[in-house]
Amino acid sequence: MAELNYGLSELAVEIRGMVREFAVSRVKPVRAELDETGRFPAEILRELGKMDLMGLYIPAEYGGTFEGDSMPNIIAVEELSRICIGVSVSYAANGLGADPILIGGSEEQKKKYLPPLASGEKWAAYALTEPNAGSDAGSIRTTAVKKGDTYVLNGTKQWITNGGEADIYTVFAVTDKSRGARGVSAFIVEKGTPGFSFGKKENKLGIRASATRELIFEDCEVPAANLIGREGTGFIWAMKTFDVSRPGIAAQSVGLAQGALDEAVAYAKVREQFGKPIIANQGLSWMLADMATQVEAARALTYAVVKTIDSGAKDYSKFSAMCKVFASDVAMRVTTDAVQVFGGYGYMKEYPVEKMMRDAKILQIYEGTNQIQRDIIGMALNKEYAAAARR
Amino acid sequence: MHIVVCAKQVPNTTQVRINPETNTLVREGVESIMNPFDENALEMALQLKERHPGTQVTVLTMGPPQAVDILKEAVGRGADEVMLLCDKAFAGSDTWATSYALSMAIGKLPKPDLVLFGKQAIDGDTAQVGPGVADWLGMPCITCACKIEIAGNRALVERAFEDGYEKLEVALPCALTVLKEANVPRMASLRGKMAAKKLQVAPTTAEMVGADPAKLGLSASPTRVMKIFSPPPKTGGVLWQGEEPAVMAQRLVDLLRERKLI
Ligand SMILES: Cc1cc2nc3c(=O)[nH]c(=O)nc-3n(C[C@H](O)[C@H](O)[C@H](O)COP(=O)(O)OP(=O)(O)OC[C@H]3O[C@@H](n4cnc5c(N)ncnc54)[C@H](O)[C@@H]3O)c2cc1C
Ligand SMILES: Cc1cc2nc3c(=O)[nH]c(=O)nc-3n(C[C@H](O)[C@H](O)[C@H](O)COP(=O)(O)OP(=O)(O)OC[C@H]3O[C@@H](n4cnc5c(N)ncnc54)[C@H](O)[C@@H]3O)c2cc1C
Repeated sequence: MAELNYGLSELAVEIRGMVREFAVSRVKPVRAELDETGRFPAEILRELGKMDLMGLYIPAEYGGTFEGDSMPNIIAVEELSRICIGVSVSYAANGLGADPILIGGSEEQKKKYLPPLASGEKWAAYALTEPNAGSDAGSIRTTAVKKGDTYVLNGTKQWITNGGEADIYTVFAVTDKSRGARGVSAFIVEKGTPGFSFGKKENKLGIRASATRELIFEDCEVPAANLIGREGTGFIWAMKTFDVSRPGIAAQSVGLAQGALDEAVAYAKVREQFGKPIIANQGLSWMLADMATQVEAARALTYAVVKTIDSGAKDYSKFSAMCKVFASDVAMRVTTDAVQVFGGYGYMKEYPVEKMMRDAKILQIYEGTNQIQRDIIGMALNKEYAAAARR
Repeated sequence: MHIVVCAKQVPNTTQVRINPETNTLVREGVESIMNPFDENALEMALQLKERHPGTQVTVLTMGPPQAVDILKEAVGRGADEVMLLCDKAFAGSDTWATSYALSMAIGKLPKPDLVLFGKQAIDGDTAQVGPGVADWLGMPCITCACKIEIAGNRALVERAFEDGYEKLEVALPCALTVLKEANVPRMASLRGKMAAKKLQVAPTTAEMVGADPAKLGLSASPTRVMKIFSPPPKTGGVLWQGEEPAVMAQRLVDLLRERKLI
């Protein structure tokens, strides 16, 4: 198939081939079952680990293969998403959990926690959201109180991807209530720590293969050595993580939308009505044309943002938000249109597009809702134009 | 432990066409792959390696220079060493000559504890090479293996048949031919692929393994292909339906009697 020249590295192209083949041969045959039963795709993640694909974002010194190019990781997420984002979010949430350690962790913390994540031996999760703190993440109530050389955690985290399955959790908790978001700190908490337990697994609309659980902390003592950075820096790590992880949500969106487009075009060529394939109707082929154009535009924006981050840019929150909001809106539209192309068959579980449409919705919600993304873009515009006016 | 896996490069199709005039396989335009059963043999070896640290896996193939591709694939998946047995002298070898050549090559490797084969090659389809090599090497051979456990210098092997299983205990070293049911072959890892890209494989010749030229190639192959044909497809048969089972059963018995089959 003809493709745009995105100047991908040899490694990125290699990874694309590997993950594409893997997704088709290993994930596609089980995705409907995973969706139906909500079974966590543990064997799939384990196999990805064996293939050295769990450490694409982790530098070589900590056991991964990252050498300054984030595209291999983004493309791995995209290709898995083309087949199933329930699987790809379980894969990508490892990076989300590890990013605070990569960004703010000490050398000892990196040496201890990153190699088993890179090898896929252990999995990670990122725990910020609480029942009363979603978009307003600065209002979390989980507390961490210093006691000798430990911190004692109390509180509940909600809807944590890979909850219960992961071994390593980055948990955000309040160490100084009087300072608001500046009183939040980040901790590395290992599964099995006394006082750390899990609530029930959520029953969801989409991404049903992924595990979404409550984390419960009851007088859970965490070594002080597991504090990431200094006290009060937690919210900075939380937000910096989102700046680098949101292009990952965009990659999920691009992959999912591409998967829906693949299905829609293939179906439109074989489904006949009025004595001809439905794709021969201009009304329908224009729909497909718009879908394809949107997918490519979302991909181009996403890759451009990733390359900008890799180039060492300082200020990219706005762009991360842009690719997340644009690509996830595209994924929602394109998957909905794919169901339309399939007609009544698209509404049935026998075909994959209804799942894709259900799955797509989460992309507009997690890692900051699309309203919050637009807020970030809007605030950045306000600031940038104010600065420009002063000059 | 040292495990040798014998793997063959084959055309990627289970329906290789035969040229009716020359009685040979039509290989042109067909992609070459590792014989699928040999992937299972390799996977069995790699799983044993995971369970028994320190195990070395060597993959051996006899074939033309491009057979190096399956050796690269094997390294990508985790094989430690490879050998490409490649020499004009081997050309046209039948199962007897192939078995001899492979056994001589294995004789040049560190002494194996286990020699694994696929159940059969999907092109030649004879399923003779595994037992043949074992015979040349004087090893016991268990065909159609689907499971193996190693304890000390013995192996517990499960063979699968259409109607059941058989469990055998065997002393090492031994040879095994492996079934599809044994496992799901892994895909190559990123680091494995990188290593495979750098891999340089010098061909090993007949002379290097000390093979007797009189036992190699077409002239030394006792197999003569008299005739090759595609068996006529089975015709549809007769389908009875819609009547009482008892009526149809009676009609079936009558027919079988009429044809003197019962
Ligand atoms: C399946 C799933 C997995 C998740 N995984 C994780 C995870 O791994 N880790 C983690 O920490 N969290 C996770 N989350 C939580 C997720 O990030 C939050 O759901 C999200 O941030 C939104 O918070 P909320 O659901 O409380 O919505 P709310 O904040 O209550 O928002 C409700 C609505 O109000 C809108 N809104 C809120 N504030 C504004 C505003 N200022 N301007 C305009 N509109 C506004 C929102 O856009 C939304 O439409 C997950 C959630 C789900 C559903
Ligand atoms: C009717 C017929 C006609 C043939 N005509 C010709 C011909 O004209 N020209 C020609 O060159 N060949 C011809 N052959 C092929 C040749 O005889 C066999 O391919 C070869 O000897 C191996 O036997 P096989 O393919 O049946 O392997 P099998 O015995 O089915 O293979 C079993 C296992 O042995 C191992 N093995 C087999 N071959 C190799 C190898 N080369 N290297 C490493 N391991 C191996 C693999 O593990 C394989 O899974 C013909 C075969 C048949 C049956």
